[in-house]
This record gives sequence, C-alpha cells and structure tokens, in this order.
Amino acid sequence: MQTCLVVDDSSIVRKIARRILEGLDFQVVEAEDGVDALVVCKRAMPEAVLLDWNMPVMDGYHFLSHLRRMPGGETPKVVFCTTENGIEHISKALEGGANEYIMKPFDKEIISAKFQEVGLIAVPE
Amino acid sequence: MTPPDYEYLRKLLKDRSGLDLSADKQYLIESRLLPLSRKAGLPGISELVQKMKGGSADLTTQVVEAMTTNETFFFRDKVPFDHFRDSIVPEIVKARASRKSIRIWCAAGSTGQEPYSLAMCLKEIGATLAGWRIEIIATDLSQEVLEKSKAGIYSQFEVQRGLPIQMLVKYFKQTGELWQINPDIRAMVQHRQLNLLHDFAQLGVFDVIFCRNVLIYFDQDTKVNIFNRLARIIEPDGFLVLGAAETVVGLTDVFKPFPDRRGLYRPNAAGAPPAKLPAAAAAAAAPKFAAMAGR
Repeated sequence: MQTCLVVDDSSIVRKIARRILEGLDFQVVEAEDGVDALVVCKRAMPEAVLLDWNMPVMDGYHFLSHLRRMPGGETPKVVFCTTENGIEHISKALEGGANEYIMKPFDKEIISAKFQEVGLIAVPE
Repeated sequence: MTPPDYEYLRKLLKDRSGLDLSADKQYLIESRLLPLSRKAGLPGISELVQKMKGGSADLTTQVVEAMTTNETFFFRDKVPFDHFRDSIVPEIVKARASRKSIRIWCAAGSTGQEPYSLAMCLKEIGATLAGWRIEIIATDLSQEVLEKSKAGIYSQFEVQRGLPIQMLVKYFKQTGELWQINPDIRAMVQHRQLNLLHDFAQLGVFDVIFCRNVLIYFDQDTKVNIFNRLARIIEPDGFLVLGAAETVVGLTDVFKPFPDRRGLYRPNAAGAPPAKLPAAAAAAAAPKFAAMAGR
C-alpha cells in the first residue's frame, strides 16, 4: 500500500483529505506544518505528499525545497493543495519541484484526477 | 410531473435531439428542468409543459438544451488522448506527408474541453506539424454550449479535472477566479451548431472523428444510421473515436475496432462502406430516419 503524507495546519482539511485518500487505497500520515512533515519524511519517505502552502513554523514551499534536497527526497510525488490560486504561486511551486497543484476547494474528483496525472493511481480503463 | 407530462417531454426530446429516455428517468428530467422552470418563473414541470404546449419555441429550445448538455472535462478518460497522440497523429502524419493537412471533427464538442484538449495535444507535438494545416471543427446541438466553448472561459473547478497543471500554466490566462484558454488555441477550433440527426455531409471529409458519449443516448436504429453517415465522411484510412461505453460491435460493420486500442475504430473496407453503395440504397434509409427526426 502506498503512503500519502497530508500536510495542512487545519485538522478539518486533514480529516477530509484522509477520508478521500483512504478511499483511494492510500495509507495516510498527517503533519501540521513543514517541520513536522520533514520529521515524518526522515523516518520513512512517503510515495505522495499532499501539501498546503500557508502554515505556521514552516510553509509548504520551504518544506518542498528541504525535501527535494534530502536523500531520497526526489522520489515522492508532491501535490500542492492550497487556497493560493494565482499563476505566480503555481509557477513558483512547479519550479520548486512540485508535480501537481490543486486550488482549494477540492473534492474526490480533483484529487483522483491529479493523482492519476502524476501516476500515483491508475487511469481506469 | 404527471405521466402525460413525462410522455410529452420524452417524445419531444426524442424528436428534437434523438435523446432516448427510458420510462424511468423522471428524476433526470426533474433535476435538469426544475431549475429551468424556476428561472422562467414557473412553479413546476407541469406548468413548464403547459407553456411549451402553448407554443413557446424559446422555452422548448431551452428544455432540449438543458436535457442534452452533458458533463465534460479536459482530457476526459485520458486514454483516448494518449491514443490520439501516440497512434492517430503519427499515422496521419505519415499518410498525409504530401498534403500536410489534418481535419478533425468533435461531434459532441460541448463546452469545448474536448476540442481544446485535442488542440493542446497538437500544440505539444510541435515541430512535426510545423507548416501543417490543422482544422478542428467542434459541433454541438446547443447554441448556448457553443457560445461557452467559443469564449473558452472556465471555472477553477473545471480546469482542475483532467488538465495537467503544466498545461494550465502554458495555455491559459487567469482572470480572477476564471481561466481563459489562449487565443492561439482558440483559433484552432471552429464552432458550428449541428444536430446529429440531421445531415452533416456539408462538413466535408475528416481524418479523425471524435464522437464520444453522445451515441449512448440514441436508440439502436439511430446509432446505425449515424455510423453509416459517419462512414461516408471519413477518409478510408481515418479514425473514429467513441466513448468508453460505446461500440460499433454488433451494430454495423462499416467501422472495425483498431486492435489493442480501446475506443478506436477505422473504416472497414470489407464492410461495404455506404459511400460505394448505389444512391438508392442510401436513400432508402432516409424516409424512416426523417420520420424519426420528426420532420
């Protein structure tokens, strides 16, 4: 089973994401900021990261640049999931090594579509 | 909604659009037409039917459009677009090397996601197609839907279903919460209003026809009739792409499945393409069809 790390400072968002991701057969690990998320990644690198942008302590963008420099840190597919919906943020995320980008609000359809896009889940025949 | 109301709507939809509703689709009618009734200041479906019977052509058009507008999104089902990029375009590029032109028809273009997905695919192919004349014709029954397609403006929700983020950044411009597809992509697509029940020979001959998720709403005879007419306007080495729940198998032999490419079909030379039939044989099918189309 693949693991998805959900990084968001809102416990409600983490709960909604968990329900959707478990429905897509992921094992879910949660973190509430970037520092917390790096600790999780050092312990065991997940296959996927669903990543909020604005969080206290360390934001999603800084987490991503740390992650990509870690040993094995280039492997997880990172999908931003944020209320930041401006083209500048999206471009910056992609340049920073994100694989996909979700503009909140999100639902199961969007998460499935984006996870299919990066090859985390199969496209139904 | 009373049973006679339902029957009236069923018959009207069948005649106008070919939409073949079974006897138990009341919920579908209610979910699509209640909002329309309210917009028209009417309390319910029965009053809507009364007004349509009274000869409100405008309202009737709106009802047909509301019932036939179907969900669509960019790169819907993904696989057909992979086939387009990896199988269809390479073959056409080889076969049309001297003519350097490719004509594509999206027969249920809807709000534009499908024709624009094809246009973006072709843009991505890039240099191979430099100097080629590319035509994408998008048709739909609904004028309202075509207007939306022409504008190429989509909500945040719409651009997140199926569209890779790199393509959003590359081919769209953001205005507030909305995203508009760039003018060079829009210019690749021409729009025409068209009812598939009516003659479409005037569109010319195509290399590729995308006719996805529209035939499922038609009955068998109508499907066969449409396949026969599609076979007359597709190049002998062209491609027909159908939706995931659609097939020609068991209906007609004018098209045959392309091996190992689900949803992909080619004209069947052995299937006596109707183009080579005597005109009388083609005409014989017409009266029945015209009656069905309510003309």
